[in-house]
This record gives sequence, C-alpha cells and structure tokens, in this order.
Amino acid sequence: MLTDKDRIFTNLYGMHDAGLAGARARGDWDGTAAILARGRDAIIDEMKASGLRGRGGAGFPTGLKWSFMPKDIGERPHYLVVNADESEPGTCKDRDIIRHDPHKLIEGCLIASFAMGAHACYIYIRGEFANEAKRLQAAVDEAYAAGLIGKNASGSGWDFDLYVHRGAGAYICGEETALIESLEGKKGMPRLKPPFPAAVGLYGCPTTVNNVESIAVAPTILRRGASWFSGLGRPNNAGTKLFCISGHVNKPCNVEEELGIPLRELIEKHAGGVRGGWDNLLAVIPGGSSVPMLPKVICDDVLMDFDSLRAQRSGLGTAAVIVMDKSTDLIKAIARLSQFYKHESCGQCTPCREGTGWMMRMMNRMVAGRAELAEIDLLERVTKQVEGHTICALGDAAAWPIQGLIRHFRPLMEERIAAHKSRGVAMAAE
Amino acid sequence: MVKVVVDGIEVDVPPGSNVLQACEAAGKEVPRFCYHERLSVAGNCRMCLVEIEKAPPKPFASCAYPVNEGMVVHTDTKMVRDARRGVMEFLLINHPLDCPICDQGGECDLQDQAVGYGSDVSRYEENKRAVKDKYLGPLVKTVMTRCIHCTRCIRFSAEIAGTSEMGATARGETMEVGTYVEKALTSELSGNLIDICPVGALTSKPYAFVARPWELKKTDSIDVFDALGANIRIDARGPEVLRVLPRVNDDVNEEWLGDKSRFAIDGLKRRRLDTPWVRRNGKLEKASWADAFGAIAEKLHGLPGEKIGAVVGDLVDAEAILALKDLMGALGSENLDCRQDGAQVDRSRRDFYCFNSGVVGIEEADALLIIGSNPRRESPVLNARIKKRANLGGFPVAAIGATADLTYPCTWIGIGPETLTSLRTGSNAFADVLKNAKKPMIILGSSALARDDGAAVLAAAWALAASVGALSQEWHGFNVLQQAASRVGALDLGFVPGANGKGLGQMLGGEVDLLWLLGADELDTAKIGASTFVVYQGHHGDRGAARADVILPGAAYTEKNATYVNTEGRAQRGFAAIFPPGEARVDWRILRAFSEQIGRTLPYNDLDQLRAHLEAAHPAFGRIDAAPRFGCSDLTGPSGNPDAVSAVKFAATVANYYQTDPISRASATMQACTDTYVRPVAQAAE
Repeated sequence: MLTDKDRIFTNLYGMHDAGLAGARARGDWDGTAAILARGRDAIIDEMKASGLRGRGGAGFPTGLKWSFMPKDIGERPHYLVVNADESEPGTCKDRDIIRHDPHKLIEGCLIASFAMGAHACYIYIRGEFANEAKRLQAAVDEAYAAGLIGKNASGSGWDFDLYVHRGAGAYICGEETALIESLEGKKGMPRLKPPFPAAVGLYGCPTTVNNVESIAVAPTILRRGASWFSGLGRPNNAGTKLFCISGHVNKPCNVEEELGIPLRELIEKHAGGVRGGWDNLLAVIPGGSSVPMLPKVICDDVLMDFDSLRAQRSGLGTAAVIVMDKSTDLIKAIARLSQFYKHESCGQCTPCREGTGWMMRMMNRMVAGRAELAEIDLLERVTKQVEGHTICALGDAAAWPIQGLIRHFRPLMEERIAAHKSRGVAMAAE
Repeated sequence: MVKVVVDGIEVDVPPGSNVLQACEAAGKEVPRFCYHERLSVAGNCRMCLVEIEKAPPKPFASCAYPVNEGMVVHTDTKMVRDARRGVMEFLLINHPLDCPICDQGGECDLQDQAVGYGSDVSRYEENKRAVKDKYLGPLVKTVMTRCIHCTRCIRFSAEIAGTSEMGATARGETMEVGTYVEKALTSELSGNLIDICPVGALTSKPYAFVARPWELKKTDSIDVFDALGANIRIDARGPEVLRVLPRVNDDVNEEWLGDKSRFAIDGLKRRRLDTPWVRRNGKLEKASWADAFGAIAEKLHGLPGEKIGAVVGDLVDAEAILALKDLMGALGSENLDCRQDGAQVDRSRRDFYCFNSGVVGIEEADALLIIGSNPRRESPVLNARIKKRANLGGFPVAAIGATADLTYPCTWIGIGPETLTSLRTGSNAFADVLKNAKKPMIILGSSALARDDGAAVLAAAWALAASVGALSQEWHGFNVLQQAASRVGALDLGFVPGANGKGLGQMLGGEVDLLWLLGADELDTAKIGASTFVVYQGHHGDRGAARADVILPGAAYTEKNATYVNTEGRAQRGFAAIFPPGEARVDWRILRAFSEQIGRTLPYNDLDQLRAHLEAAHPAFGRIDAAPRFGCSDLTGPSGNPDAVSAVKFAATVANYYQTDPISRASATMQACTDTYVRPVAQAAE
C-alpha cells in the first residue's frame, strides 16, 4: 500500500488551499527553472527511465511519446495539448486534479512543453467541467501573475503560453486527433493515422497530446527522480495511479495508489468494501466503461496494472473501477453503455456508425430476453466486426463491454432469453 | 520509386502513393466508396481494407496508408475478406432495399460491391434508419435514406466546386448530409455530385425514373456549351438523348462537366427545326428541301459576291464552317464573320486567340491575372482547374473587371483596361507579383475583346504578358478564354472578312442582299436590313430562324460526326448519337447539296474527303485530341495599339449562365435553373 510520503497528489481531496500559495507549500513550482536547466534531452530521458505510461487509457510510455517530437524546431511551431476532456463513464480523476491541484498540471505543462520545444500549450477541458474550467483559468492567471508562465517562464528563459480551451461536451473529442480537430474549430472527428500528431498535429504542426494525469505527475517525477517512481509498482507498470472507485461500494472515492495493487485490497482498503461484503460482488469493470468486465472469480486476486489486466483480457484503461454487486442487472448495465457509445459515435466511419446502433438495439432486446439464442453469437460477431476496423478506438470501446459480458456471463443472457420464451409460451397457453 | 509487393506481384509506385494506388498498379481491384482520385482522402468507409505484413495484425484502410519500401500487401486473405464483408454488412443495414425503384440501379457502386464482396443474407433484424430528403435545387434529387456517409459530395463541394455548401450535421447514426439551411446548390458543377455519389442518394432530377443504364446507347462526343470542349458521353435511347455524362480526359475536363452541358439536353427536343420553311407573303410556311433550295437559288441568281454574306454561330462544327466558307468562296463572297459578339481579333498568329498555357498549364502556373472574364460562368470546369491550383497554395490571383465570386481567393485590382496600363508601367503592385513568378499566367476574357477598344485591350494584355516575363521559350502565359465552341475553329479556318470583305456590322447594316446565318442566334436580328434575304441554317427555332426568309433544318451537336476546336486550339471529334429529327440534315451535307443545286459543287463527297480539306486548311485538324504547347519566341504583339485603351470598365460577362444559346434557351431544366438562381437575384437587386 502506498505510503503518504510517496503520494504525488497530496491535495486530491481539496482539504488544503488549491491556489498558488497552497501549491507552493506542497512543493509545486519548487526549482522549476532548475529542472528546465537540465535540458530537453535530460528531461525526456528521465521520463523514459521513470517508466511512466500514459494515464489516459492506452498506457503508451510518456517519455517515448515526448521523444517522437522533432528534435529541432523547424518552420512550424511545436504544440503541447493536454487532454482534459475526461468523459469516460466512471472516471473523475482529472476533474479532481484540476479542482484541487491545478498547479501540478500547469507546472507539468511548462516542463513538458519545454521538453518538446513547444512555446504554447492548450488544455482542452471538457465542456461540462464549467466550474473546473473557471478554477483552472484562475490558476493559470495566478501562474501568469507570478511569472511562472508567460515570457521567461519561472525565470528559465523559456517563453511559454498556456491556453484553456473549453470543449462542447462530445466524448469523441477525448480521442487525441478529434480533440485537435475540435481545437481547430472543426467538427470533432478523428483523423486518419498516419500521419501521427507528432508529425502533423494541431494546425498541421508537430503536436503531442497527453492526459492531464500524465502531465501532472511529471514535475514530481523530475524532482524526486526516475528511480523513485520506477521503484513503485511492478516492472513495466511503474509508479502511482489515481483510481476512481464507483458503484456498489460503501465509500466511492478517488484514491492514489501504487500500480499493481490487488483489486480486492483497493476496494476494501479505500472504498470501504463492496456493499454487502466481498461475497456480494458480481463483477467489476476495472478501467472505465470501455474495458471488458471481470467476474468475481477473477476479481478475487487480479492485480490492478496494465499487464495483469491485459492478461485477463481486460485493461487498466483510465483505472475507473466500477463495482457491481449481485443486485445489478448486468445486461441492462452493458445495454446502457451500448446506448452511450451509440450516442457518442461521431459517425465518420462505417463500422462504428452502423455497428454501435446495431449493438445497442440487440442489447436492448437482450435486456428483456426478446431474442433468439443464436443472436448472442451474432452479437459477438458484430462486436468483432467493429473491433479493429475503425479509424479510432471508439469502435473498440463500444465492442469490448459487450464482449466481456458474453465472455463471462453468457449463461445469464441465455437464461434471460429462455425465461422470455417460456413467458411467451405461458401466455399463448392461456 | 518505391517497391511494393501486392499479392506476390512486385510493382513500383511513386513515393507518397497510398497502398490502394499500389494495389491498382498491380492490377488488383480494391473496393471503395469514400476514396476518389480527385478528392482528399477521407478513409471513412473502411471498405478498402487490406492486410499489410509486418504491421499490427489488423486490416488497414489502404486509401489512407502510405506505401513504404518493401511493403508486402495482401488484398485477398481471409482477414481481408471477412473485414470487407463486415463493412459491407454495416453499410447495408441502414441502406434501403429499394434498388428496383432507384435511379442508381445498374451503375451503383454499392450494388456492385455488395455482389462482389458482401454476404448473401441479411442478419439485421432491427428497424432501418430513415432520413428526410433534402432540397438541393432543380438539378440534384436526393433520397437521403440511401446515403452511406462517404462524404464525397462534401469534399467535392469544398475542394472542386469551391462553394462549401454541403456538410454533415449531427453525429453517429443520426448524421445527415445536407446544406444545413435548406437551399439550392449554387455551384455550376453541382451535376457532378450525381456522378461522384456512389449510391442513389444524389441522382439527377430531370432524369429521374427515365431509363436504366443498360437500355442506353453510349456515344462519345464533345461538349459545345462552352469553349473548353469537355469530353462527354451521350446516352441515348432510340431517337432521344436522355443524358450527358462527362468522359475522363485529364488534359481537358478531368472528369467534371458543367451543369448547362449536362442538363440542357432536354432543349434538344423542343423548338426543333425539323422541316425546311420558306417565307411566303410575310409568313413562314413549311416547304420541301427542293422548294427551300429553289427559293435561295432564285434569290442568288445574278447576285454579285459582295452582296452575299455569311455568319456562323457559336455551336457550329468545323466541317460546316469549312463547307460554308467554300460555298461563299464559290459564290465570290468574302463577307464572312464568326464573331457574333463583335470581338476584335488578330488571327495573324494563333497564340493571339488561343488559351496557350493549356488547361493543364494552369496547374504549373504560380500567379494569375484574369482580365475582363468570369471563368466560373464562362467555363466552370476550367474554373475548377484554377480552383485546383489555388487549393495547393502559393498562387496569387488577381482580376480586372466586375467583381464576382470565383470560388478561390482573388484580389480585384481594377475595373477597366486602364489597370493594364498601370500594371505595365509597374505602378500597380500586382505587376511585381507577376514579374517574380516563374510561370505567370494571364487570362483574357473574349468579351473584353468585344468592345470598341477590343484590339487595344488585346494588344495591352499581350504587352503586359511580354513585360512581366509571361512569354518565354518554355512558357506561354498569354491566354484568351473563348466562350464559343466554334470560335477557335472558325478563326483557324479564316471565317473572317476577306481583304475587301464586310464584317458583321456591315452585313447586318443592310450592305448585303443575302445573309446566310449558320446557327447564328446571338446577334441582334432587328439590325438586319429590311430588304436583306436571310437564310437560317440551324437546329432551333430561335432568334435567327424568326427573322429568316428560308430555314434549312440542321443537326445539333448530338446528331453529327463533327470536329470542334476548343479554346486551347485542341481539335476534338464527337460522334453522332442519334439522327437529326424529321427532315433535318447534317449541316455540311446541306451545304454540299445546295452547292450542287446551283452548279458550284463543293469538292467533297463524304466526310473523309471533307476532313482532308480541313486538314489542308489548318494543321490543327490533323492532330485530333492533341494540343501541343509552345513557348513564345516572337514577342511581337497583335496589331492593336496597347495605349489606345478606353476608360470604359469591363462589363460583367455571362449574365445568365443557364441560358446562353438556342439549346439551353429551349430547355425546361435550364428555365427552372434560371428561375431558381438568376431571377431571385435580379428581384432582390430591385
């Protein structure tokens, strides 16, 4: 279990001052110029050595991503874009960082931008985060006023501008290229890759898009050293991570923990346990709505990190743990997620546009059992037809929850169908 | 070149190509909906999926994936087949099964590819999506339920037509393609949306439910509604031309066609001259060919050559022009004119009246000055070529004349020819832009020559071209954009007043006793002297026929094997798709027959012999379809005085794009377009 001294987000719960004075008291903005003075390559190497993997869901090594930016600034400026469009159902970690520790993010923006040769950074914040956007803007203004960012940021000699841009509430704008499109004022639709944003990104310039948490942990990693961070967690799954525990637990919460903590420990220690006790657990969605659910047998001893969950054919995603006890109608829960993905599909590419609607309609019938047994196979095949065939990962995200349901709870679906059929027979007999 | 292996076939493709192009180079068919060679890559239909070795084990959209050296691609593996079948199923689940009543049936990409790559049964049990149809004007019919969201129409309107009127509203399954605020498309290229739509969502409104593609006889021809000479295919059934489609010719029209050229064809069935007429006692009466020829011969009897004149119209083919010229020569007349608009030309050199850079040359140019022309209205497809060049950037465009929306950024630097002087003296800043360009281009509109100071404007434009370095051994940047399909051919053949001949004004002014109008309808017939005997030879009962004393029914462009020379000086041949109606005959044959009647038989008995004479008359007719581009080695300008330009501003050209000639004036579709696009503007201006 993570000790207090190793916590990065020491004001996660907003018990202290979120402003600049409070942030400074917690160690933020301490020796920022000295960190920048180490130089671009040193910062990127340190980030690589820390083993930090992107906290937005895909888990791509952050230092490696930074190193993809062109070494020299050519004709086109470089940009850092911070993805604060946190819309994954179950996830609320970035929200609390922005609410209670915005200066960690702002300092991270400066360091990351410097490391990538960017003089400008955009924070694309979810439209629904109205108050958070205000809070963040206030923190940005504070930082500007204190000379921490702006011309000669923090006395480092690096000019750095930070802009907060509010989205309009589309889930798809959390996809990095759709986010860039939206930032450019276009309809939020993912771009084709390649070219990747590091080559052609915002306004056609080299751009890196990072999650809020990935950026916000960077200053602490650089201050405390890569070996400290990589010493936490498990090999290839280093460091601490914010977990968002929601659903049928006694005390839903956000908590920072070491990667690789057993799921059961995470829930019992921090969230007050499953409602009605561990044995009342039915299933857990371990990483936000997009990843396949895990039944209790797997939850008993699974570790919460990228590789362990992947081995269970699920994923860490955003580490939003959605706990469902035995009172849950799992089919209905997944049907609701299908409805969400159908609603949020941008409609650009065929498999997602048409497939999400089809899956939703079939799931809705499965809830009542109004289906044929063979349609479970059909549903699974449709999810396979969507998965991997789309421009962005939303198609995959729509397919995985259903695949998880079918993989682990197929008998439940069959029962539901059989029950519906027998009701029909009974009614016909009357 | 990059080496790529497609299904075991090694091909070399240029760097920057995509995998789909490599597959095509290897002769492998890759199904696609959203990909179009001339539009940007969208990669959204996901139909062109292929498998690429040494890449993640999933199918890739080949249209959006760049080739790498040594890439190994498979287009026909189980993974690829399954993926395509899956995508096809998705496309079909919300596509109505209304092929029997769909106009796209038989030439539908979705239909064809569903057979080739789809599954044999439907597994979709849910309700299908229905989408409200949109109104897009009198030309394009929509059945939006059929839309598969390939966004070709959106990209076309933004990138080619340049009007950005199409877009998609809402998202996901509820996404709808349309104009957002419902309106008629204002592009002159809107008909091309019908061609690029891979399904039956956008179809032709006038052609709705008219025919099936397999019923049609397809004939290659050349468009005559503007001077570009777009390559077309005429689809006819029996005696009717049912539709006109563009043919691909990258040197001329790529694969686009203007709306007038596409939709004016219903005019070919209305107001046609299908029998000879002779005016008796002030009234036109139906007559036989013998009567009509007799009436002309009677009038000609004893008439000296200088009292006979001939004018050719804008849609006339080179064969008829030569036959009429030879007939006039036989009658001893030098009173010839092909310029109904009164344009002043210098035909001593061909590059004084041709589009010398070539249409392809537009793509090489790096600065453009447009003088007294609105290419969007005069030749929308040529304008699309300018738009294509402008899309690439680094292409400053300026124009002199009445302001208009040309669909690309354009600076209006003057309204009259005095701006040419200021450019030549360097007092106008755009002169430097032209001077600094490697291949500066000047387009002079033909209506800028149809003024009192036309010769001076021509000379001034040439002098400007010479002074800014637009004329060199390698590059000819001086271009005249003609408006009439017949004009360059007629000038090549010398259909202008001879040494002692009378021009159009004199001929109209009563200085001839017999005036032969060959398809000439764009002149003011009221000016023709009351005593002048008018022979009208043509295909429509328009202005010329109304004034005529004898009418000889001729053939429209769809009804004859004919040669046209476009504004570039490119001779192109069209073939007859149908027969002329009733008693009407092919024009050169009428002239040949008449010459025999009066005992001055023209020296050709068939088309081949006539064409041999054409070739002898001008070498351009010997190189069909070719337009060799020349540099300019002789900077000597045309005969006018460049300093004699007046201060009169250039008038707006082509007031009504949809009605410029007898065919489009007879077309109900073009009338509908006029009512939709031209009249409301006029009313609003009042």
